[in-house]
Amino acid sequence: MNTIENITERFQQLQSTNPGGLLKQLEQDAFNDFSKMGIPTAKHEEWKYTRIGSLFNQEYLFTPDRPKSSFSGKELDAVRLPGYEQANELVFVNGMYSSSLSTIRSAELVVLSLEHASENEYRDIVLTHLGNSSKYVKDGIHALNTAFVHGGIFVHVKNSKVTEHPVYIYYITDARSVNILSQPRNLVHISEHAQVQLVETYATIGAAESFTNQVMEIIVEKNASVEYYKIQNDADHTNQVSTTHFRQVGKSYIHAVTISLNGRIVRNNLNIAMEAERCEAHLYGLYFLNGYSHIDNHTVVDNIKPNCLSNELYKGIIDDSATAVFNGKIFVQPNAQKTNAYQSNKNILLSDMASVNTKPQLEIFADDVKCSHGCTVGRLDEEGLFYLRSRGINEKIARSLLVHAFAVDILEHIKPEVLRNYVDQLISERLEFDIA
Amino acid sequence: MLTIRNLHASIEGEKILKGINLEIKPGEVHAIMGPNGSGKSTLASVLAGRSDYKVTEGSVTYLGKNLLELSPEKRAGEGLFLAFQYPVEIAGLTTTNFIKTAVNEIRKYHGKEPLDAVQFLRLMKEKMALMNIDQSLLSRSLNEGFSGGEKKRNEIFQMAMLEPKLAILDETDSGLDIDAIRIVANGVNKFRNKDNAVLLITHYQRLLDYVIPDFVHVLYNGRIVRSGTKELALELEERGYDFIKNEVNEEQEA
Repeated sequence: MNTIENITERFQQLQSTNPGGLLKQLEQDAFNDFSKMGIPTAKHEEWKYTRIGSLFNQEYLFTPDRPKSSFSGKELDAVRLPGYEQANELVFVNGMYSSSLSTIRSAELVVLSLEHASENEYRDIVLTHLGNSSKYVKDGIHALNTAFVHGGIFVHVKNSKVTEHPVYIYYITDARSVNILSQPRNLVHISEHAQVQLVETYATIGAAESFTNQVMEIIVEKNASVEYYKIQNDADHTNQVSTTHFRQVGKSYIHAVTISLNGRIVRNNLNIAMEAERCEAHLYGLYFLNGYSHIDNHTVVDNIKPNCLSNELYKGIIDDSATAVFNGKIFVQPNAQKTNAYQSNKNILLSDMASVNTKPQLEIFADDVKCSHGCTVGRLDEEGLFYLRSRGINEKIARSLLVHAFAVDILEHIKPEVLRNYVDQLISERLEFDIA
Repeated sequence: MLTIRNLHASIEGEKILKGINLEIKPGEVHAIMGPNGSGKSTLASVLAGRSDYKVTEGSVTYLGKNLLELSPEKRAGEGLFLAFQYPVEIAGLTTTNFIKTAVNEIRKYHGKEPLDAVQFLRLMKEKMALMNIDQSLLSRSLNEGFSGGEKKRNEIFQMAMLEPKLAILDETDSGLDIDAIRIVANGVNKFRNKDNAVLLITHYQRLLDYVIPDFVHVLYNGRIVRSGTKELALELEERGYDFIKNEVNEEQEA
């Protein structure tokens, strides 16, 4: 039995025992979409350079099977991000939220299963927002996540409170005994005036196949402010499709940084829907790939209302036989006058085998806007290299200094110092050089 | 210290240096002057080891070693320093980290322990005062957004930090106002001693009012066509390069 047949069978079993509830229809619709669209192939415009079909040639245990894991708190210690002592920690193992491994430190943070949230005071929020990302990511792999949505969680950041403790979200895949397809799903609701730092990271233990198909939808209310960091440095053999979908439903502020350092196939979708006036969003990304990694960043900024500002800078360093994809779309809808939207993608290729496909796209339907986009692909600056070497710095260290220097203007947008230092350290280790 | 014999060099097939001979001894300051396109900067680049220049003939012996066989970083390790005519801007690398790496790499080359943070800071403070350089400049990205004068001062500051044996200054005076020239000259004068040497490459005589050379050479069409003392520089300033060009062209025709 291949994975698709397996998924179909499991879905039907699950639905027959599903007592109903509000999520059932959403799942059924998503499953129909999945059946119709299938796994995206290179013919799909958004999947031209990223092939995930082969990932479905093997069998996986996946989320509804609640694959058992002996993953323990002690093992979690090994993958914890620095600063965790002060953080709220939400831990998913094989796609399922683990309350026993998680730690909630902030009174203003509510974490519930989506099933429960859809039946209590948060019902309206869940019904209004869950699944909204499907409008922006129209493909079978996204639908597949939604088809099993009821295992997901709802995170609510209460009104008018400053969350002092960042929210760290760990997606653990325990592939020690069997192939695992993890499908975590979160809906995060950030109330008016709330401020929050969200940090996502991924870790696989074990050598079996690890495939994470994750969706997070984040609703940002009026005067709320979000810092969002995604740090991807999972094992060489791991694969993931990771979708982060922001809706700015009131005038609000987003600061998003995506750091991708490892993985076999990594596809990120970052969508920002600016649904209110005077929203502001800053998107930064750094991908530093070696070996045979393939990392694909697709971003969408949808300017729906007037007077919004978005600024996007993604930088890539691609070594060995690694391949990168950047696809950035900016939409300016007819009502979105006075939009300011900027986008830039810069890449350095460190080897002859490395490659990048970059495609900035602007689609503007309003006339009074300021937009720019651009991309560059180049090599390390020979002049800079000679300058450093002429000061006695050997070629290898000189290259490392230049690569690190290229990454710095993304790193400095990681506001929490512990995380910035952590990512800097990962990059320095990759460069085999400790930056003074 | 440095012996250049019959040096020929070209870039992309074009012959630039056509037989340079030059001898520099410890304690000496040599100035190389010459019109645009005469090969001054090519000579500096070849000595520092820029790879796009090809040496087609001749030899360069530096402290008993074949200089042309050494990588740029080894040349620096051996005490050769080039102040760039156009210092490179490197966003994301602070000047301090750059210089600290350079100082410690050169120490490593000599088998010495790296300077710790305190030792480095002490050395830096001392040299900063010398070059009239502000701490804020050093914590900025290397040369990024520096004014022309700041870039050149930064070059001389690096020279002071690295304490080379042979410093080559490639048009360090160009684009500087008179105050900046004084600061740069002051740095060079404090640097020079009986054990090191300086090769000043300049288009104008101005810098030589402040850094008095022992020898002045005129480079024209890839060769040193005149050598003398500082009076030669004054003569050039007065009469321009044309009289030299004419003399040389006549000699060649004769």
